[in-house]
Amino acid sequence: MATEYVIVGSGVAGIAAAEALRSRAPGASVTVVTEDPDGFYSRPGLAYYLSGTIPEKQLFPRSPADLRDMGLRWVQARATHIDVAGHRLTLADDRTIPYDKLLLATGARAAAPDFPGSDLDGIFTLDTLGDARRLVRKANRSGRAVVVGGGITALELAEGLHACGVRVHYLLRGARYWANVLDAEESHLVEEHLRSDGVEIHSHTRVRQALGKKGKLIAVETDSGALIPCHMLAVAIGTRPHLDLARAAGVKVDRGILTDSCLRTSAPDIFAAGDVAQVYNERSGRASLDTLWPTARAHGEAAAAAMAGEPTPYQPATAMNVTLLAGIPTTIIGALGSGSDEDLVAIARGDSERWRNATPAWVVVEQHAVNRVRLMLGERTITGALVMGDQTLSRPLQRLIAAEADISPIRDSLLADGNTILERIATFSAEWECSHAATP
Amino acid sequence: MALNRRSLLFDLTRAEVLAKGHVLPEPARCVQCGICSYNCPIGLDVRAYAWRGEPIFDGHCLTCGQCVARCPRGVLTFARVNLCAEPTH
Repeated sequence: MATEYVIVGSGVAGIAAAEALRSRAPGASVTVVTEDPDGFYSRPGLAYYLSGTIPEKQLFPRSPADLRDMGLRWVQARATHIDVAGHRLTLADDRTIPYDKLLLATGARAAAPDFPGSDLDGIFTLDTLGDARRLVRKANRSGRAVVVGGGITALELAEGLHACGVRVHYLLRGARYWANVLDAEESHLVEEHLRSDGVEIHSHTRVRQALGKKGKLIAVETDSGALIPCHMLAVAIGTRPHLDLARAAGVKVDRGILTDSCLRTSAPDIFAAGDVAQVYNERSGRASLDTLWPTARAHGEAAAAAMAGEPTPYQPATAMNVTLLAGIPTTIIGALGSGSDEDLVAIARGDSERWRNATPAWVVVEQHAVNRVRLMLGERTITGALVMGDQTLSRPLQRLIAAEADISPIRDSLLADGNTILERIATFSAEWECSHAATP
Repeated sequence: MALNRRSLLFDLTRAEVLAKGHVLPEPARCVQCGICSYNCPIGLDVRAYAWRGEPIFDGHCLTCGQCVARCPRGVLTFARVNLCAEPTH
């Protein structure tokens, strides 16, 4: 009888696993169970939909025909229970689906607002395409919105609402934006860009409560007692892995579903991948969360290998994200920061816990008006880098950091003169690539 | 008509890119947002190539650079076609 593979979740981890299973086991049955009526779409692409860069239909990398051609069985329903011993998944409508191997790729959900009045109509988080649609509809080119939170999603909301013609107030609990990844100058660049776009930033400001009339939001009261009239309040204070299903089944969880390096959970024949998975890293000896699209895709592929009986330890690539921060192209690579961010109660989307594992390092910076490169230098290697603006160095740095290239030949000169980082890295990288071209 | 040097240089560069170059994606940077495909003037599904990590080897590709310029994550670059070399990735 054909093996029954069941995947809960239609994000990139789930789809990557489905595609890999289809190719590894062409005769097997692959079922995707998802409660999202929109199925598989580019979650990071929602930012570009909000800003009007692309229309909604562009967010779908696979047409319904493509998915049909993959031979997937698609079930739109919420999974409510796992019978671990009986190998059955129960859905909200009481249907049950038997499985031989089950993948939990249930993703993460926005952390709920933590102030009174957070159930009013007009308060939003951004998880799904449905959320993005509701935001755009409500924005309707008028009115005023308040955005609270940190990380990439809060910026996407501020910029997206601004692009929708809404006057935006962005409230920061701390002194500056994304303090546990960016340094003070980088935060400043982002904030200045937002201000020049017309976004009003209020630092050291918390929401005391959301005020409403007949159930609808009309204003936000800050901790200083000030009132900001608004018809929308968007909250992005972090995400939490969606653990209910796993936890109720007795699968071992911490901040996420704990897995070994082959994406196997503590329960037999149950695997986890993507934002929900807290994957053990053999090298660091730690299990960490990532909310990065390429990581989720790699998880899905690695989980599929294990599900198909060919477990191979997942080798995490250097944590990297390339994104627009208030319109500034920004690449974040490796370990850069530490500590906590007052604006986030949990990991943000597009974030990696590994970015905050910075070991003691020498920091060198080359700064121009809008272009900036920050390097974290270890004893012999570059351990992290943040490139804002001109992205010429982002790819060479990505290669040097991932390969843990020995930068001893230029380390002293980098430390001695921060104004020549660009040339020195470019030259060193070109030579390094030549000398390593022969080795795969 | 007077020879326009700037235009000539542009045309020669384009001719060289057309003859010797192609667009190469780096899947680790791609989030499948589809901006590349949306802006392709001849409707190539650049995003699908990026998912597979394959160069855009489509005879219709104009190497116009719209996808390269508009990708917000630097996924796409021009690379020289080297038919004699071993694949490096």
